[in-house]
Amino acid sequence: MNAEPARQTADAATQTLAIDARGITKRFGRVLAVDGVDLRIGQGEVVAFLGPNGAGKSTTIDMLLGLSRPDQGEVRVFGDSPRAAIANGRISAVLQSGGLLKDLTVRETVTLTASFFTAPRPVDEVLERAGILDIADRMVGKCSGGQLQRLRFALALLSDPGLLILDEPTTGMDVDGRRTFWQAIRADASRGRTVVFATHYLEEADLYADRVILVRKGRIVADGTSAEIKNLAAGRVVRAKLRGADLAVLQTIAGVKSAEQQGDTVIVTTTDSDAAARYLLNQTSAVDLEVTSHNLEDAFVALTGDADGAGSDIQSTATAPARENA
Amino acid sequence: MTTISPALQQRTVRPFGGFNLTYLWIELKRKLRNRRTLVFTLVFPVALYLLVGYPQRDVALGNVPVSAGGVSVAAYIMVSMALYGAMMSATAAGGAVAIERTQGWSRQLRLTPVSPIANVATKIVAGLVVGLVAVAATFAVGAATGVRMPIQDWLLAGLAVWLLGTLVFTTLGLMIGYLVPSENSMQFVSLAIVLLSFLGGLFIPLDQMPAVMHDIAVWTPVYGIGELGRAPLTGDAFNILALLNAIGWLAVFAAGTALLFRRDTQRG
Repeated sequence: MNAEPARQTADAATQTLAIDARGITKRFGRVLAVDGVDLRIGQGEVVAFLGPNGAGKSTTIDMLLGLSRPDQGEVRVFGDSPRAAIANGRISAVLQSGGLLKDLTVRETVTLTASFFTAPRPVDEVLERAGILDIADRMVGKCSGGQLQRLRFALALLSDPGLLILDEPTTGMDVDGRRTFWQAIRADASRGRTVVFATHYLEEADLYADRVILVRKGRIVADGTSAEIKNLAAGRVVRAKLRGADLAVLQTIAGVKSAEQQGDTVIVTTTDSDAAARYLLNQTSAVDLEVTSHNLEDAFVALTGDADGAGSDIQSTATAPARENA
Repeated sequence: MTTISPALQQRTVRPFGGFNLTYLWIELKRKLRNRRTLVFTLVFPVALYLLVGYPQRDVALGNVPVSAGGVSVAAYIMVSMALYGAMMSATAAGGAVAIERTQGWSRQLRLTPVSPIANVATKIVAGLVVGLVAVAATFAVGAATGVRMPIQDWLLAGLAVWLLGTLVFTTLGLMIGYLVPSENSMQFVSLAIVLLSFLGGLFIPLDQMPAVMHDIAVWTPVYGIGELGRAPLTGDAFNILALLNAIGWLAVFAAGTALLFRRDTQRG
């Protein structure tokens, strides 16, 4: 189901995987939050975990961090259990839900957290890297949402972890805060750290990840480079009123990814809408033809939305070789 | 450009679950920064001693006049107030654990190697330190304003109210914290402690209360610790009921805490 990312070389395969999760499943009452997810992430990868709210991203991350135990399956982080990896500082995280003490200063919060590790990075160094050295003496209670996130990021840097996990790191930030935050993360990732971040912003996945994993209803529906995911967005949908369309013929037309009949409407998803439209208007009795373009949001919705079938349909294209359309 | 190779880096874990003096020191700074804590644990006991106890520095507690070396009512009030300060500090320290949990701080801590037990231990030790400061401050003001007792009475009374008060009321704070974790509930507990202190004979000696009040009072949690703390002063015979009271309430609060703690961790 999951295409191995193109950039993962044979050399990386011999290294210990940063994350090796096999068949992890988590159920809350009757809700199957995570449904048998296999996840293999090599060292040095920057991976986006993309999906709508409720897709199981946070539940998966909690299991990767050992904050909750999978009902089935196993997680190894650098070959260790998540708890052990946290204890020796190999993995750390920026969690939206991680609370901070309002009556401490930014610097005190970092000093306090540093005291739990054997050989933490210097306090000023992580403050600087997170871009909050200038507000080190500010009370946490007086910080903006973006500053708090950068403080959590500074805390995550203390153990100089090999793997950094970010759960919806920019939720609630303004555009400026978001940009500054990602600048810091990007600068850090360029030093070779493995970064996995969950997001429901497609642009963030597109801009900052070199591998994108799409999740929907607790399952991985696509896994590929951002170029491959981007290609999805280039597709268009051609709709027309036509009864009994010959779907088999439609599917042979250049660029057509899928064709289906819904009542008296035929819906064609294609990268070459002109060809499909030309065929429908010239060779069939189709009327009321309209062409809509897939924007980034649409591709995302199509892949991760609730309509069954849509996911599996596009999934194959997500993992297919990239077509240069853009 | 340096390259991170986490697999090659030597990694070790701190001993004692990460318990360390930096955390304790920062925790103490937080407490000293909190005006409400300071008022309730330090200012309030000292002020009440000065208002109620100090004017009675020449009134004898027993039959021996103060001028003849007898213990004064001021000494009684001083010990009671010291206990009050220790109780307030301990309750706040215990309650903080659960409150910080609801604010997500314990989740943040779980991203570090520190163990939950080291976290609770740090809170308790910080509560003990502030409690000791409260006891010491009240005793110092007492000594400076004419309370005279043999040195062993100072030490015994001080240790009893400090350790017993802290032990019983840290568990109360932990229990209430897990039961209704909010800042407001802890303020309510502060008021409840004032009431319990009245019933426990901290402000007015029990034998000066109506008989009904007295009968109720002996069953309340401050009574036992108060009696034990004041025993060195009054020279009363060792009160087994007071000890049973203290142990009983400690058991109730500890069992409640254990039960709620388990419920709480199972949910996560």
